[in-house]
Amino acid sequence: MSKTDVSRRGLLKTGALAGSGLALPTIFTAQSAHAYTNEPTGSSVTLGFNVPQTGPYADEGADELRAYQLAIEHLNGGGDGGMLNTFSSKALQGNGILGKEVKYVTGDTQTKSDAARASAKSMIEKDGAVMITGGSSSGVAVAVQALCQEAGVIFMAGLTHSNDTTGKDKRANGFRHFFNSYMSGAALAPVLANAYGKDRKAYHLTADYNWGYTTEEAVRSSTEAMGWETVAAVKTPLTQTDFSSYIAPVLQSGADTLILNHYGGNMVNSLTNAVQFGLRDKQVNGKDFQIVVPLYSRLMAKGAGANVKGIFGSTNWHWSLQDEGSKAFVRSFGTKYGFPPSQAAHTCYVQTLLYADAVQRAGSFAPCAVAEALEGYEFDGLGNGKTLYRAEDHQCFKDVLVVKGKENPTSEFDLLEIVEVTPVEQVTYAPDHPQFSGGALGTCNNGA
Amino acid sequence: MKSLTKNDLTLLVAVAFLTLFAPFILNPFPEGSAMAQFNAGYPDLMQRFVIFGIFAIGFNILFGLTGYLSFGHAAFLGVGSYAAVWMFKLLSMNVIPAIILSVIVAGLFSLLIGFVSLRRSGIYFSILTLAFAQMMFALAYSVLTPITGGETGLQLALDDPRILGSSQTPEGNIPVPGLFGMEMRDSFDLELGSWVFTFNIGYYFCALVLIASFYLAIRIFRSPFGMMLRAVKSNQQRMNYTGLNTRPYTLAAFVISGMYAGLAGGLMASMDPLAGAERMQWTASGEVVLMTILGGAGTLIGPVLGAGFIKYFENIFSKINATILHEWFAFLPDGLEDFIVAILYPFIGKGWHLTLGILFMMVVIFLPGGLVEGGQRIRSWLQARKSKNGRPNGTTEPAE
Amino acid sequence: MDAIILQILNGLDKGSAYALIALGLTLIFGTLGVVNFAHGALFMIGAFCAVTLSRILTLSHTVIDETKTDFLGNPLKVDVPYVHDIFGIAAGNAIIDWAVPLAILFAIPVMILVGVVMERGLIKHFYKRPHADQILVTFGLAIVLQEVIKYFYGANPIPTPAPAAFKGSFDFGAAIGFDPNLIIYPYWRIIYFLFATLIIGGVFAFLQFTTFGMVVRAGMADRETVGLLGINIDKRFTIMFGIAAAVAGLAGVMYTPINSPNYHMGMDFLVLSFVVVVVGGMGSLPGAVLAGFLLGVLESFASMREVIDIIPGINQIIIYLVAIIILLTRPRGLMGRKGVMED
Repeated sequence: MSKTDVSRRGLLKTGALAGSGLALPTIFTAQSAHAYTNEPTGSSVTLGFNVPQTGPYADEGADELRAYQLAIEHLNGGGDGGMLNTFSSKALQGNGILGKEVKYVTGDTQTKSDAARASAKSMIEKDGAVMITGGSSSGVAVAVQALCQEAGVIFMAGLTHSNDTTGKDKRANGFRHFFNSYMSGAALAPVLANAYGKDRKAYHLTADYNWGYTTEEAVRSSTEAMGWETVAAVKTPLTQTDFSSYIAPVLQSGADTLILNHYGGNMVNSLTNAVQFGLRDKQVNGKDFQIVVPLYSRLMAKGAGANVKGIFGSTNWHWSLQDEGSKAFVRSFGTKYGFPPSQAAHTCYVQTLLYADAVQRAGSFAPCAVAEALEGYEFDGLGNGKTLYRAEDHQCFKDVLVVKGKENPTSEFDLLEIVEVTPVEQVTYAPDHPQFSGGALGTCNNGA
Repeated sequence: MKSLTKNDLTLLVAVAFLTLFAPFILNPFPEGSAMAQFNAGYPDLMQRFVIFGIFAIGFNILFGLTGYLSFGHAAFLGVGSYAAVWMFKLLSMNVIPAIILSVIVAGLFSLLIGFVSLRRSGIYFSILTLAFAQMMFALAYSVLTPITGGETGLQLALDDPRILGSSQTPEGNIPVPGLFGMEMRDSFDLELGSWVFTFNIGYYFCALVLIASFYLAIRIFRSPFGMMLRAVKSNQQRMNYTGLNTRPYTLAAFVISGMYAGLAGGLMASMDPLAGAERMQWTASGEVVLMTILGGAGTLIGPVLGAGFIKYFENIFSKINATILHEWFAFLPDGLEDFIVAILYPFIGKGWHLTLGILFMMVVIFLPGGLVEGGQRIRSWLQARKSKNGRPNGTTEPAE
Repeated sequence: MDAIILQILNGLDKGSAYALIALGLTLIFGTLGVVNFAHGALFMIGAFCAVTLSRILTLSHTVIDETKTDFLGNPLKVDVPYVHDIFGIAAGNAIIDWAVPLAILFAIPVMILVGVVMERGLIKHFYKRPHADQILVTFGLAIVLQEVIKYFYGANPIPTPAPAAFKGSFDFGAAIGFDPNLIIYPYWRIIYFLFATLIIGGVFAFLQFTTFGMVVRAGMADRETVGLLGINIDKRFTIMFGIAAAVAGLAGVMYTPINSPNYHMGMDFLVLSFVVVVVGGMGSLPGAVLAGFLLGVLESFASMREVIDIIPGINQIIIYLVAIIILLTRPRGLMGRKGVMED
């Protein structure tokens, strides 16, 4: 017992140390009322970039951060202006947003919803961020989006592909430029039917969480509409690293196509394992066995190395696009950092510009005014061609890329080639589509 | 409180002082100054300090007193938050029923898991708790998605029933958790010169709960029950030979500590109505172990300090990016500036895990009694300096 | 039937990785009495030995190819590995192709060194400290090691393929009379299994048939008496730690073609390998190996579609469920001794 006594005094010591850090304030000033959360009153405005800086998606987060820094530079009139020159809206002048210099703070999502909300909250409560953006998983995006709705700031989603982000978990203060599972399915199915025929038997391996479910559902329904048959769909744990026991039985099932609804490390491993099993050298039902990866990213392709060669998938954007916007972005990003941007970097850059432009057009940083300016807004010149920010669910509708692993890459960034640019009409769906049912936007929240 | 000894009372008063004046203590630097980066007095972080403090106090009742190292305690925090969010969804946005339910649910889960796990001791006990928690995490993330929300977490929605409240506010938003009309997120700002101090209702609610939990912990530590638990730690076999069945005591300690975790989970959901499965992952359980050890296992205040230390690190250190570093050292010549930034950069911002790992190793190696022991050493060193012939305090043993 | 044979095969392969890691963990625990949470990190460092060697082999100088352009329209810079200059293109490519097997030679000295430094520099000071302290300090070390690797190699997985000669899979089913393509297994995984049996056999033979091994076994049983006999048991234990590190490292090297290595692969295996050790019985080498293969096979069965359809989510929890059942019915694991790690 006496030992605890000693520790108790230890506390007092430590407490006194902490207390001595307190300096006494002297002057008392009245506090000003704000019309909305974090109304910028000075000569600058702060944006919050919430990206994974630790954990398995740290490299993707680092690329997003590069894009944000580039966007800030362009907004403040630095650099070559990037996509500001090709953007169809000319509201932005290169003098910040509404004449205020743009500053930013960063936070680490750790790709965990709790940590992401904590860092978003700290940026809102402590640093006075008026907009939060970023993230590289749907779990995080949905969690932070709900937080921003509650706090009364705008959320511009980064990389999030699940239908839920603008489906059952949509929020009035949240906006997504990135495409989603449904669009992947709708874009991929015709290309697959063309390349592999209409009588394929598909075997799905699906990551056992929300994004996996929506992706499986989307790819399944659009390939079945093309005449494919789904032989089986097996759920794999998120924490799985070795997929051999899931891949080994694929051939026994009589399937001739394997669809990997995996992302990140899961996808790298499952694809590597599948190729290792020699599935692609086999013949089933008189057809060459094929593998499909619905959602591709360059970093994943890099992780899987030569295994991606010839494998179809979809992406939101790719640096080899030849429209003026993409070329301008690739030029300024490549000049600054020495390599081409990833799709995550692109969507983050574009989201920042779109936000800034909406504020400029609305003439206010108030979330409701910004939301109104974004809703139903049509623009062009930011990659992906003509794009609509649909008012009903805050989802961007634009062309989707179907890509294939390149057979003879010239560099470590040149891993994917564009097979087809699927026009926006083909990936558009009704706001009340069953895959997006449930949930409601609610009304925009300005906070206080 | 009349039965508290003078020392315990001082300790309690000190904790009460620290928590109630935290908005001042944690914001020592004026707004806009370069050091403002290090201010921690904003509601979310202050709430986290006390919530994880409660979690660690509870963990310490099990680990510090009985020596049973549970590697799955985060699971109770997780079920606590799920219970609270379900209460918000179904009943009302009042935090009291939510917190009560989360404590009860966590208590039931810990009764079940504790009953099974306590049949074994040592690392076997640790692995059993770990296995239960990992199972709960894995299921909550995947097949239980309809109940837990899975990857995206359990959230409130506009069409929740909320039978004793309203589904949505007149403005068409989801209502926020409150206590009889006071909203947990409401804050008052006090501007004094260039200092800004934020007083948040949610924080003060948590702070009061912390003080109460701390008081309860003191009572448990000083009770015959606490004495019995220490006896279990020092020699369980001897206890068994005296004909005494220790299982009910350890089980009671396990359940109490699980309920503390549930309380922390319920509070967490009350401050921020979302419950995610990652809260239950083994790394989250590892975190509370780190907090307790870092602060000083077996001491009353240690776990609270450890919790504060780790959360401060996670939230403040991780936000220092390269640009901020360059700003700090801008006064140096360019070459030197780049050099210093290059040296520091791996350890801060996105490198905060590395620094935390190093610090943690240092503490385990040199300060087995944690921060509390560090404080004691500093004090005895100061005393020795003050009275040169003073007897140096050689205690380096961790307090048990 | 074919499905079951396939999953047994698969489980043995999975289990060989578990067994190798658990073997090293048990060696350290059995000889030194230390619970090493940094063992997963050793596995990871082994894998990164392979990555490092393949980086060394592909060290390049750039040549500007005027005929092609890079993404910015500038002339393309082509990396030419030095091995091409030294051995010619064909032989150079063959050397790069064989990076992973070559990394075994590279990894053995590196891992022994890492193990010895770790033991002398850190673990040594923790022999007398409680198990909880050992767990915590090695856990801290594991975090530090993985963050250091992440700093140098990034967070993204790095592909390290097996030599082209091992591409594709062996039609096991056809060899034993089933229809072709029913039971196929990749060559590299078969090699992994054989490699693991070789290492496990080697470690057992070493402990069983050499004087060194005999002393170590005696030390495991009664350290004090062996010390009284004038044998420097500490030195031998240091070497054992080095060997255990090498076993974990080699398991990591050979694992790289199966899963692209990343900085957190050690943590991914850590919890699992502890479950394996505990199920096998703390301190029992045969127990660790047996439990490794057993859990590998059970995990494979639990991932079968037919099984998941009956019990949804079973593939998520099977390992933990088995651990709980074994610990409750056989308190000391499958082959554990009494009184180990129960306080």
